[in-house]
Amino acid sequence: MNFIEQTHALFDRLAEGAFAGLQAGEELNLNLGAEAQTYLRFNDSKVRQATDVAQRHLSLSFQAHGRRLVLGFDLSGQAEQDAATLGSLVARARAETRALPEDPFLVPMANNGGSANQHPGDLPDPAAAIDQIAGLTAGTDFTGFFAMGPQIRATRNSLGQNHWFATESFFLDYSLYTVNAAGENKAVKGLYADRAWRAERCAASVAGSRARLELLRRDSRALPPGGYRVYFAPAAVAELVGMFSWGAVSYGAWKKGDSALRKLVEGEAELSPLFNLAENFDLGLSPRFNSLGEVAPARLPVIERGQLKNLLVSARSAQEYGAVSNAAEPEGWTGEFLRSPEVAAGDLPEAEALKALDTGLYIGNLHYLNWSDTQNARVTGMTRYACFWVEGGEIVAPIRDLRFDESLYRVFGPELLALTREAETQVNTDTYGRRALGGSRVPGALVGDFRFTL
Amino acid sequence: MSTVLALQAELPEFDPLAALNPIRAEADWIGLRYSQETSHRRTARNGRPEQNSVSIERGVMIEALVDGQIAYAGTSDLSAAGIADAARRAAALARASARHKLFGYSEAQRPKAQGRYHSPRRIDLAAADLAGFTAGLIEATRRLRVSDRIVTAAAEANLVETELRYVSSNGSDISQSFLMTGQNFVAIAQDGGETQQRSLNGPTARCWQAGAEAYDWDRLYGECERVGREALELLDAQDCPNASLDLILAPDQMLLQIHESVGHPLELDRILGDERNYAGWSFVKPEDFGTLRYGSELMNIVFDPTLAGQFAAYAYDDGGHPARREYLIQDGLLLRGLGGLESQARSGLPGVANFRSASWNRAPIDRMANINLEPGASSLEAMIASVERGIYMEANRSWSIDDYRNKFQFGCEYARLIEDGRLTQVVKNPNYRGISVPFWRSLKAVGNPEEFRAYGTPYCGKGEPNQVIRVGHASPPCLFAQVEVFGGGA
Repeated sequence: MNFIEQTHALFDRLAEGAFAGLQAGEELNLNLGAEAQTYLRFNDSKVRQATDVAQRHLSLSFQAHGRRLVLGFDLSGQAEQDAATLGSLVARARAETRALPEDPFLVPMANNGGSANQHPGDLPDPAAAIDQIAGLTAGTDFTGFFAMGPQIRATRNSLGQNHWFATESFFLDYSLYTVNAAGENKAVKGLYADRAWRAERCAASVAGSRARLELLRRDSRALPPGGYRVYFAPAAVAELVGMFSWGAVSYGAWKKGDSALRKLVEGEAELSPLFNLAENFDLGLSPRFNSLGEVAPARLPVIERGQLKNLLVSARSAQEYGAVSNAAEPEGWTGEFLRSPEVAAGDLPEAEALKALDTGLYIGNLHYLNWSDTQNARVTGMTRYACFWVEGGEIVAPIRDLRFDESLYRVFGPELLALTREAETQVNTDTYGRRALGGSRVPGALVGDFRFTL
Repeated sequence: MSTVLALQAELPEFDPLAALNPIRAEADWIGLRYSQETSHRRTARNGRPEQNSVSIERGVMIEALVDGQIAYAGTSDLSAAGIADAARRAAALARASARHKLFGYSEAQRPKAQGRYHSPRRIDLAAADLAGFTAGLIEATRRLRVSDRIVTAAAEANLVETELRYVSSNGSDISQSFLMTGQNFVAIAQDGGETQQRSLNGPTARCWQAGAEAYDWDRLYGECERVGREALELLDAQDCPNASLDLILAPDQMLLQIHESVGHPLELDRILGDERNYAGWSFVKPEDFGTLRYGSELMNIVFDPTLAGQFAAYAYDDGGHPARREYLIQDGLLLRGLGGLESQARSGLPGVANFRSASWNRAPIDRMANINLEPGASSLEAMIASVERGIYMEANRSWSIDDYRNKFQFGCEYARLIEDGRLTQVVKNPNYRGISVPFWRSLKAVGNPEEFRAYGTPYCGKGEPNQVIRVGHASPPCLFAQVEVFGGGA
């Protein structure tokens, strides 16, 4: 059996054993996150670190007498041993739920049905991947990160719910560096991701990035702080859209006084009619079920023509505030975050983006965004990678990095002039704890006035 | 019998040294790092329990040196077969990548070391009552809610127990045991469309190595009532002015200033380019060590993993290198980088014992531990008295800096103007921005030892694959000359 099959069998055995041991009035939900990954880190086209990780983490949510406890542990893969550990944790949960006060907003478990989705891949042997990546990037100042292998997310509960998602895939997230005429380091960013590894496609991606380096070798332009007309490439738009997941479209955050889009939610402000944001699981980047086993709508409009349509509502927020859950994820850093965001494309052909920009800035990527004033949805951050000064629709020079401090109400409001007809899928390359699923699909954006401050 | 905070799960015994013996021949050198970490997260909100979760991470990372390349394999299967399989995978990966290695490593980067470390604690979790602890958190949220205008009062406790054992084929055997805590007590005040947040020292700053004694509830209740009142003050305050002012930063904001504009730029792996694809590079160049005037002569920064009770104290890094206090910047001059033995060998630069990993499933990289600003001679009162027109800021709420660690913008929760040598009105939405070296060169006064405070954060992100790790930062309040400050607005 391969990793996915072994893990499936282990999960089923543990779940059935644990459910059989429950007492009257007890409910148990099990969540599994597992992966077998090869992680390769490159610097100067050489291997800096190579790591192979096989891990399975089981999280159990135990509810009894109006109380809840979540316990988790790393599975050893040895069924008897893992069953014993699970049994001891259920016993702990039983004792603890007697010691804790009642939780008035506890969400009763439900049978949210079942699903099984598997996406097999065609992945190379790690040694072959190393040889190919090192070979085709030799002679360049290549730094990058390759992650490859199966990933699993699954949930079962004692009421019969059973969802399973497994995929095999890879990504190569990289930067190509050069030194420009002024002696400054300049770089372009590249990403090759798929379920089937094809060396020739990787080579084409790197070759395309290498060609873009030529423009960066020109002497750079230092621009003074101020407002500029800007074209944001899709990768930069994805960074801005990422801020919506920092509590901005969370129902719970709004009720707790912690939403950066309160004015939009309460009708005091609106965004551009060009701006449409949806949670779209049809992108196929992540499972539709959440940690409670609820299945989200395939497509949930969040903002339509600049007006709020839906906030993300988890079952817990629904319980506390009397709202209706739309199967948002209640757990995690913020909870109620976008798992598969899509910004609808516009009508500006990407090939005409520079012409439409005329004179201003082409921003390839943004970096290290954070709210600087949540009351006004103001975000600060930096330009990064391929960013250029453009005059008369032609790239003139790369720029020195600039800090911005600007409100999303302006960027996606009156200053939003156009969105490109083409949109790009950006897979999530996060690997904190384990490799993430998900991603986004966004177009490029032309913005009339965007404020840089440093 | 009452339920205690400590979690006892049925986990089989694991002997790292016994596990190492059968795999010694898999590579030219082999290391085994065993980690077991139990993390408790307990939260309450508005007088009710919110989250109760406990998670155990347990596994080993095998390191294999083959043909001058080190590769890693992590597994949570601690059976003999599981360890053997991980050792074979690590060796195979080392062999496959040795043909394209960045640097030829040797046992010199993994010197033999033996020792122990036990972090300070007075009350272990096994002696702390769960029901009483939970009641304390709930009561804290009641104390935060000093008015109906406090719409959210939340209390959070994170308690982490970590056991590490590192053994290697050249005789290293190191055991380290940690008990850590992180606290967050926060009040969100709302009036009409206006919302303001105030917390005890910022949402993540209160992090230490300590036991349950860190929860002195009577003292915490008093502090909670104060920040509840300060949240209300912010609601009624004017915006921070947009101006160039003398700026005094409290220790709970200095932690972020040190972290982002000193700690990260001095990491040798960044300077060597390892992080260029993710966290970024550095404005610091190898030739800057020993020559760069990083700040004013009042700037003395140490790497100090020995300060008892500070969040990232330890005796050995994850390569087995003994940790000791070292000056990174002395009298404003850059002396030393933050890099473990691998980065020191690659760069030829002086470093420190900071080769650390986030868990058993990640390879170590260069990390900050405790990076502290040494106290000076000024009292906070004297600093304020020296300022004709300025501002005093506390508690971080927003952070951003570029990939070379130059242009930063940070926001704080709470500020007061300084006018003619006196603290005056409270202002809301205080932010400031600058560029790292010019900012540190504007350092005009450093607080005295009585005002030196240790904080930290559990959330320093870096590396590919990504790792989030704990760091500590201690500092007195500091005065900087003529900084660009500004408030809120669309």
